[in-house]
Amino acid sequence: MTPEEEAEFKRRQKARNLVVAGTLLFFVALFYMITVARLGSQ
Amino acid sequence: MGKPGSLDQDFGERAWKGALLFESNFGQDMSASLQKTQSRVQALPAEWRDFFALTKPRVMTLVIFTAICGLLAAPGTIHPDLGLTAVLAIAMGAGGAAVLNQWWEADLDAGMKRTANRPLPGGRIRRDDARDFGMLLSGMSLVLMGLAVGWLASALLLMAIVYYAVIYTIWLKPRTPQNIVIGGGAGAFPPLIGWVAVTGEVTAMPILLFAIIFFWTPPHFWALALFVKTDYAKVGIPMLPVVAGERTTRNHIWIYTLVLAPIAMAPWLIGETSWVYGTTALVLSLLFIALALPVARRNAVMGERDPMAEEIRLFKFSVIYLFVLFAALVADRLLEALGLIGPGLLAGGIAG
Repeated sequence: MTPEEEAEFKRRQKARNLVVAGTLLFFVALFYMITVARLGSQ
Repeated sequence: MGKPGSLDQDFGERAWKGALLFESNFGQDMSASLQKTQSRVQALPAEWRDFFALTKPRVMTLVIFTAICGLLAAPGTIHPDLGLTAVLAIAMGAGGAAVLNQWWEADLDAGMKRTANRPLPGGRIRRDDARDFGMLLSGMSLVLMGLAVGWLASALLLMAIVYYAVIYTIWLKPRTPQNIVIGGGAGAFPPLIGWVAVTGEVTAMPILLFAIIFFWTPPHFWALALFVKTDYAKVGIPMLPVVAGERTTRNHIWIYTLVLAPIAMAPWLIGETSWVYGTTALVLSLLFIALALPVARRNAVMGERDPMAEEIRLFKFSVIYLFVLFAALVADRLLEALGLIGPGLLAGGIAG
């Protein structure tokens, strides 16, 4: 792998990691909201 | 499905064995081409944007829109957070089914100009990654819908995913020229699920919303298939214009357009909506019929240079038709909730 390819590899990996982290945080917040909404309706 | 030895049956037999294209020369070419692009990409991880593109975001706008309309038009209330979660789950389910569709059809997509640059045939994502992503997205959508909204809505979402990814993509699309008719059911689920998310039961109205999209899909898609038919013919998909010819396709477009009109009017006729929806549906149906008529009447064999202006116009209008019709349904409910309009014409008449 050339230095350019390695840099591109790391850039893509970092971008994907950030998206996965953002998605996980979003679902944590979403499930909190769902729980509050469901408990509130009971 | 078709007569023994017919083109229809030949397509079906090969596809059902999972070897539709591998048995033919052009199939081997496309498969080899896909393998080349697949081996080229393995060195780098896929971009997250390509995963997003696999979910067919443009198609999803219509899915999300009709799901929201079903949700807003349903009688009753739902907590806004749960309503948004229901729409998110429907979008995730539709996205997951779209990913599985592209995973299965990567060979076909490689052979069509319109789809050759999608992430899989374009060599930007590994095929197994696409399959896993599609399964994950679909599974998560079902769990999310079940936990947040209800298991009836989740079961309907499962039906929609199986309908699109298995019944349409794997079974009907390569097997019969009527693929679009039954396959249209997959796209008809979102407003039904949205409605059920609020009410918790399947009644006449959500079934009518399902029927509207079900009968809208054939004229919408066959209009498209008329002006991109060379692509479908190239990869051996038995679209109606390829297998039965343009004349039959035009007749089918006309018949389904006429069937669609009373179904689109039905929510008004059974007293579930007011004149706001009723007149909108009437005007839209008349326009649809007026635009479908020249498409149905064209007789000449169209050449490569034919612009297919009427077919393109009908296709574009069909998209507007569905957006406006569902928007009118929601507007009708909102105006009724605000007390600005009365009940449906028939119901009002009987009551009076």
